Amino acid sequence: MENIGALAILLAFCFAIYAILASLVGKWKQKKFLVISAERAVYSVCALLTTAAGLLIYAIFSGDFRLTYVYETSNRDMSPIYKFTAWWGGQEGSLLLWSWLLSAYAVVVVYQNRRKFRDMMPYVTAVIMTVETFFLTLIAFVESPFKVWWAGRGIFGDITDGRGLNPLLQYWTMAIHPPMLYLGYVGFAVPFAFAMASLATKQPGEAWINTTRRWTLVTWMFQTTGILLGAGWAYAVLGWGGYWAWDPVENASLLPWITATAFLHSVMMQEKKGMMKVWNMVLVSTTFWLCIFGTSLTRTGLVQSVHAFAQSPLANYFVWFEGVGIAATLYMILSRLEYLKSEAPIESVVSRESSFLFNNLILLAACFAVLWGTLFPVITEHFNGEKISVDAPFFNKINIPIGLFLMFLTGVGPLIAWRKSSIDSLKRAFMWPAMAGVVVAVVLMALGMRHPYALISFALCTFVTVTVAIEFVKGANALSAKSGSGMIPSMIELTHRNTRRYGGYIVHLGVVVMFIGFSGAAFNQDAKTELVKGQSVTLGHYALKLTDTSEGVLPNYRWWKINLDVTKDGEYLGQLIPERRYYAASKQQTSEVAIRRRVNADVYVNFAGPSDTDENKMVIEAYINPLVSWLWCGYWVVLIGTIICLIPSKTKLVYPRTEVVEIVGKHEQVEN
Amino acid sequence: MNRYLKFGIPITVILAAVAWLAMTGIGETKTYFKTLPELEKMGDQAHAKRLRVSGYVKTGSIVHDGTQVRFLIVENPGGANEGRTLAVSYRGIDPLPDTFKDQAQALVDGKLSADGTFEAKAVQAKCASKYEALPPPASSKPAAATTPAI
Repeated sequence: MENIGALAILLAFCFAIYAILASLVGKWKQKKFLVISAERAVYSVCALLTTAAGLLIYAIFSGDFRLTYVYETSNRDMSPIYKFTAWWGGQEGSLLLWSWLLSAYAVVVVYQNRRKFRDMMPYVTAVIMTVETFFLTLIAFVESPFKVWWAGRGIFGDITDGRGLNPLLQYWTMAIHPPMLYLGYVGFAVPFAFAMASLATKQPGEAWINTTRRWTLVTWMFQTTGILLGAGWAYAVLGWGGYWAWDPVENASLLPWITATAFLHSVMMQEKKGMMKVWNMVLVSTTFWLCIFGTSLTRTGLVQSVHAFAQSPLANYFVWFEGVGIAATLYMILSRLEYLKSEAPIESVVSRESSFLFNNLILLAACFAVLWGTLFPVITEHFNGEKISVDAPFFNKINIPIGLFLMFLTGVGPLIAWRKSSIDSLKRAFMWPAMAGVVVAVVLMALGMRHPYALISFALCTFVTVTVAIEFVKGANALSAKSGSGMIPSMIELTHRNTRRYGGYIVHLGVVVMFIGFSGAAFNQDAKTELVKGQSVTLGHYALKLTDTSEGVLPNYRWWKINLDVTKDGEYLGQLIPERRYYAASKQQTSEVAIRRRVNADVYVNFAGPSDTDENKMVIEAYINPLVSWLWCGYWVVLIGTIICLIPSKTKLVYPRTEVVEIVGKHEQVEN
Repeated sequence: MNRYLKFGIPITVILAAVAWLAMTGIGETKTYFKTLPELEKMGDQAHAKRLRVSGYVKTGSIVHDGTQVRFLIVENPGGANEGRTLAVSYRGIDPLPDTFKDQAQALVDGKLSADGTFEAKAVQAKCASKYEALPPPASSKPAAATTPAI
């Protein structure tokens, strides 16, 4: 069976290469049948990889521990859901998931465009299949998921059970976090392929942006979801009281998300004003290559990380692929510069255009800072032989001001006019939001809040919320005056008429809610202490009292539990029961943290086990994390906003391409 | 004022601010990665810098003493030829990782005190040999912990 699986991957590899050659030759020689056959090869690649993935899953479920991969990532006792997730629980399976997702995306693209973009499609197919070929090379020749343990090593007899998936990974968010991130990572190959096809066919226009707008949004949504699932997992499972540690692997997932966010904003400039064409090409390529870079960072152990990497032989393959690929992309963009001329210059610093420009600049600065910090050990080792790393404080120091400035732009952008804003109009637009922000800051200060970043953050959050509210109310007022319907129906109608704009505002509101959650971190409190029964520990307004301890033995592990009564200012709030486990087979301890999640603050307790010197003393780490729940709530708002953006608008809006002068300018360019 | 200058000034200001934050940020948090032999070579210099030292937790050396955890890290795992030893004391607030145990590969982050004990502010651990007893290490692939996909 493993032979069929390996054969399927090998065949998929061949078909992918055929698809590249056939589509390129077909385009070059104008042979339609070759292009069609390339597209059919794309379908075959997907079918073959589905077969391979199906076989791997079947092997995991049937407990075929002869296979290295099955042995390493699963065991008999695992529940079916985690058996299924064992598909991406290890290196080879993850790569198979990558390839499979890409092939599935390729099928959707080819099918959707079977009668459209006939000039671009051969290139789109070729680009996607090139990426596919690279990943298939890895799983066909380097890290095969169908390797057999004893092959050629003279070991006989049955291996009855596998190692099982790492207990830390047996948690629901971890089960869906990798596929979500991969859906996001992989999906960016499509906009990238269209961008390259647009360059190859020397299209002056925006066809590639219009067709890939939904792709970009959907993959962005998956990336956001994946990143937050990872954060949620870290918070609920790892037990250090936080959700983001600026670990290299976390950064790897954040980098393409930042550039993708920049891209989502700057495409608007191209669609509406015909500006920033080169920039968009650069951004879409950067995002795609950062996706590949992120995959290579997680897959090759280039940078030290808490995520337990296996050292692997993949590094060289990735370096070559990235080197050649980035060079090719650069060549494509540089050789087509004349087709990417901006149709209009930016006129004023105080304009919607320049707010987009600064948004992009700031996002890119954040991206570069994170990339620099992540690769710092690699860079310093290369240049002066010493590995020097930077930590969370470095990333926070840069990214908090950047985040606040972005928040400011989020409020400014929608209210500022295209082209040029007069001082008068600015005053009118910003008076109320700015006042509201200042009032909130003053009130919070009066209440005793002194943390400067938190004050600024809350003020800006208010500012943005009010600007968005004004936009909704103004639009809805105009509608209800015309139609006579109520305020709420008018708002819904308004959103439905231009889903992109108002969905975008809802995403911004979600980001505001998330920022409130981030700001809560300024007021985190923690304590590490030993308690005996009856003792309590005080943390701010909260107190935790140890009331009971218990222990027991289960077949898999030994456990200790403690009961803690939580009180706030003397008022009883409930009990927290954190647990410590010791898995005998793996000699591994795990902790099951107890969290009391509330809107104002989470009470978070990690039980480190009884003290070695005195068995009656229980070591606990307690954290008060204000406003963390807002982060997760904000995510749902972002998700809803993104989905609204994806719903087609009721009335198709045609954006006028501004002035006549510019159209004349455009014609001149074409004639030249 | 010309258009380039109008945009150039704010752009320069922003980039300069970010660069300044980055520079000072690196200065404050930079940590040197060292192995135990490299640490020895540093001599007295070692006391001045923030370090991240890697080694293996010596079997049986972990002692939880109140909120403090003391242990030894050694150059080589296994026990026979362990090489250099470093005494570590950890008082940080964050819990020790679940993978932290005898023979685990550990990264300790902190400063070397005057008496030669390493005062760790953070400890990371990787499970070096999770299931040694099971099937013989047939390939050259290290038996590392199952890799999370991301």
